[in-house]
Amino acid sequence: MTTTIARRGTKRPPVPGTPVAMNGAALVAHAMRQVRPDVVAAYPITPQTVITETFSEFVANGRVHTEFVPVESEHAAMSACIGAACAGARVQTATSGPGLALMWEVLGIASGLRLPIVMHLCTRALSAPIDILCDHSDAMAMRETGWVMLVGENVQEAYDNAIMAVKIAEDPRVSLPVANLLDGFVVTHCMERAELLPDDAVTEFVGEYSPTHPLLDLQHPVTVGALDFHDYYMEHRRQQEEGMANAKQAVEHAAREFASLFGRSYGLLDTYQLEDAEVAMVVIGSAAGTLRMVVDGLRREGVRAGLLRVRCLRPFPSQEVANALKGVQRIGVLDRSLALGAAGEPLWSDVVAALATHGAGHPVTGWVYGVGGRNTPPGQFRQAFLALLDPATQPGRAGYLGLRERR
Amino acid sequence: MPAALTLRALTAQQDQLAPGHGLCAGCSESIIVRQVLAALGRPAVVALATGCLEVATTRYPWTAWQVPTVHNAFENAATTISGVEAAYRALARRGKVSGEPPVFVVFAGDGATYDIGLQWLSGALERGHRFLYVCLNNEGYMNTGAQRSSATIQGTWTTTTPVGTVVPGKPQWRKDVTAIVAAHHIPYVAQAAPHHWKDLMAKVQKAAAKQGPAFINVLAPCNRGWRFEPEETIRLSRLAADTCVWPLFEVDEGAWKLSYRPAQKRPIVDWLKAQGRFSHLLDPQRQDLALEVQSRVDQEWQQLLSRCGSG
Ligand SMILES: Cc1ncc(C[n+]2csc(CCOP(=O)(O)OP(=O)(O)O)c2C)c(N)n1
Ligand code: SF4
Ligand SMILES: [Mg+2]
Repeated sequence: MTTTIARRGTKRPPVPGTPVAMNGAALVAHAMRQVRPDVVAAYPITPQTVITETFSEFVANGRVHTEFVPVESEHAAMSACIGAACAGARVQTATSGPGLALMWEVLGIASGLRLPIVMHLCTRALSAPIDILCDHSDAMAMRETGWVMLVGENVQEAYDNAIMAVKIAEDPRVSLPVANLLDGFVVTHCMERAELLPDDAVTEFVGEYSPTHPLLDLQHPVTVGALDFHDYYMEHRRQQEEGMANAKQAVEHAAREFASLFGRSYGLLDTYQLEDAEVAMVVIGSAAGTLRMVVDGLRREGVRAGLLRVRCLRPFPSQEVANALKGVQRIGVLDRSLALGAAGEPLWSDVVAALATHGAGHPVTGWVYGVGGRNTPPGQFRQAFLALLDPATQPGRAGYLGLRERR
Repeated sequence: MPAALTLRALTAQQDQLAPGHGLCAGCSESIIVRQVLAALGRPAVVALATGCLEVATTRYPWTAWQVPTVHNAFENAATTISGVEAAYRALARRGKVSGEPPVFVVFAGDGATYDIGLQWLSGALERGHRFLYVCLNNEGYMNTGAQRSSATIQGTWTTTTPVGTVVPGKPQWRKDVTAIVAAHHIPYVAQAAPHHWKDLMAKVQKAAAKQGPAFINVLAPCNRGWRFEPEETIRLSRLAADTCVWPLFEVDEGAWKLSYRPAQKRPIVDWLKAQGRFSHLLDPQRQDLALEVQSRVDQEWQQLLSRCGSG
């Protein structure tokens, strides 16, 4: 299965957007306005703050009729989202790095209670040392909390994912919270050309939310968040897992519907020059743009290079990843975070497990790049590709890109 | 319409907390919850903090709650109800819910209120959500086996302030969360206790009529943690008011008012000797400590009287 990133088709889509020059945070705030959440509870943190500020302006000017709950912390942001979602509301929030870390306890509650909350995660390094810039250590630490995780590459995709996320979360077969990942600063703060869809088209696309057992149905009182032990906990977890498994289809379904209306098509994966590739890199997020350029350069030199960008980090599309990499002899994985003391970095581990499970046990070499917001120029990615071609390069962690080693 | 506070009218009501839950025999928490819900006379939507009440009443697949109830975590019940209340306003505006608005009620222990959840409570009070927060104050973390909280008074035996050869129970006094809440200048703040049910229920009715947040700190005698016989619960509650270790008062729109003044203020030893958690304080060797407890109680009582303009 091969899907390609939102390249604008030659055909005019049924519902054309308006070209705008905007950064990712501001455009995501527009998506929030257009999906008309009942409640937004959020707390400022760089680089997410632009979303909360922009949305507050929409509220202050009556451009959206959302109850904005200006909480006193990120833990409270997610706690209020949980209360509101239990009540039966469509709910959104946004955060970054340390804010996500502070939410950790309640992230699992949002998911365990099967609440379709949407959170825009503007990825940021975790402390210490404190650093406001992008890496994926926050996102990787939330992988086991039961959230569906979509990862965009650019401003347009962050916006499109923000819209599709609502549909995925509220799909009754899923009923799980969804995180919309956009790279801090690289996507949140860089202005790009993008298309803003018409308000009513977005509102119609996401539809009305109809919760199954809202707390505010006073005629049918329910108790939410009850106590389980050994007798029920496992079965409830199992049901949650089914919801997560169903999310794969829901992501594809939402993407198909989105493509048919708005012309941009997405899948679980985004592949580039992968069909005949002998070497390929696997990555998530904004680095894919640079990597495509590097692939083009290598192709011009006769190297059959390719790229696999994972768009859906949870549920991890293991089978699809294995299929996509089937013909590739030398595989590299680029991680924008560390997994101290683990067998390998997070994305590397997922890819290795996917290949091992689905019978394509090629060697996989991993690099760490861009941690703490460090810029990775094309030359460093190119070096990694060249190292992959070198038979001396071993599977496992090869090292860092762009690190100043101690002498 | 709030319920008429007569025994005849109240006993005719259907209980909103069903029997069969797992609270200890003689636990005051179910008494207080039923008093609160019966006083409202309007549907309630409840948020619970983790604690004795929550674990004992929501054991899946059963629930004792006849009203919609949500438990999120230990520290964030005030924020959970903020979300519920915000959702109500949004959905009402969109015509998705109708009818008389319910009363949004939180039940949370002293641990959830004084300690781990104080920030969450403060935030919700400052934002001005319309809800009634009821603190079930049993002066310790009882659900987890009677550990100290910042509502526990000096000299108390708890499992984290055991009476040892060096340290005689909890070294610190308690903090005054009722006054801290009052300093948020919300419409209604009160202290109550279950033996004076009419006072407690009248306070609930006043609180529920307010347009903003209201807070009632209710003393919740706990026979397991305090070490007394289960049938003594109501007597202990009365004793707390009579010794002034737990005064009953309200702060209505900023005006402090005493709700109960004992005809004869009883000495604190009466309170101490009624409970096993203080038994070491009766030792003549520990008389200083008992005197210190008396003087802290007296100080707080005097301060309260002057706040209420009845010093
Ligand atoms: C974040 C977190 N920390 C600690 C606990 C463990 N815990 C559960 S209930 C509780 C004490 C509850 O005390 P209180 O709020 O006074 O309620 P009570 O049981 O005394 O009525 C503790 C420490 C928890 N559930 N969550
Ligand atoms: S331990 Fe105390 S508060 Fe908890 S149920 Fe028993 S009597 Fe009630
Ligand atoms: Mg307690």
